[in-house]
Amino acid sequence: MISLHYYLILGAVLFSIGAVGVFTQKNALIIYMCIELMLNSVNLTFIAFSSFLNDMNGHVFVFMIMTVAAAEAAVGLAIIISLFRNKSTVNVDEINLMKG
Amino acid sequence: MQLLMFILFSFGAVVSALLMVTSKKPVSAAMNLIFTMFCLAGIYVLLNAHLIAALQIIVYAGAIMVLFLFVIMLLNVQEKEGRAMGSRVLAQLGGILVVGFLFILVADLASVDPELVRAGGEDLFGTVRGVALVLFTDFLLPFEIASILLLAAIVGAVILAKRRIDD
Repeated sequence: MISLHYYLILGAVLFSIGAVGVFTQKNALIIYMCIELMLNSVNLTFIAFSSFLNDMNGHVFVFMIMTVAAAEAAVGLAIIISLFRNKSTVNVDEINLMKG
Repeated sequence: MQLLMFILFSFGAVVSALLMVTSKKPVSAAMNLIFTMFCLAGIYVLLNAHLIAALQIIVYAGAIMVLFLFVIMLLNVQEKEGRAMGSRVLAQLGGILVVGFLFILVADLASVDPELVRAGGEDLFGTVRGVALVLFTDFLLPFEIASILLLAAIVGAVILAKRRIDD
């Protein structure tokens, strides 16, 4: 029998890997993928608690997170494409349109 | 057997997540993320969440990551330069902060109730019927709001994709 701790620690490790990626990467597409990884690790935590507490509500939250991730991917990638049209780069250091 | 599967899936998930974070090419990062998602789907099956495991593969690995790959191929970015030196210190500081956060989190997880043993034996748990019963009774309003959210995302993506609004 696998203890709940292992699932939670796996979720924490994956979340931290995603957070490190958001901090260190320069490519906007890879930063988006790191955000997806963080969402996935939160999903894992929800499912683990849901399974161990025998409560179905966690599944619904994961469903909602997937919906938000899909919406975020659609809009975020559209924003990246329009940024690429204007600046011909996806390097976040060179994107300074909002700078005053 | 269950423990062996868990070790296999978690090892695969962590290794490919690390490969994703360290890779310079977006395509290989996307492939590694897809592998991580497949491993997480296997872990969901171990946790009796069969519907979520199927959704993970169909929606995440199938739809969202295909969209990512499509955009990567569309932009055709060449990785010409490495990382900028100016913010390198900042990035390292962020990495150290995150690793410290991880240690605190793992130390904190040790205080989770160890008596919490999986109940199991529930017939409807994780099935389509079980999820739908909760989704369409207790969470009907959030479900409807999610549809509006998706509609707003579609409209936003279409408007962003148009070069300019003509009329």
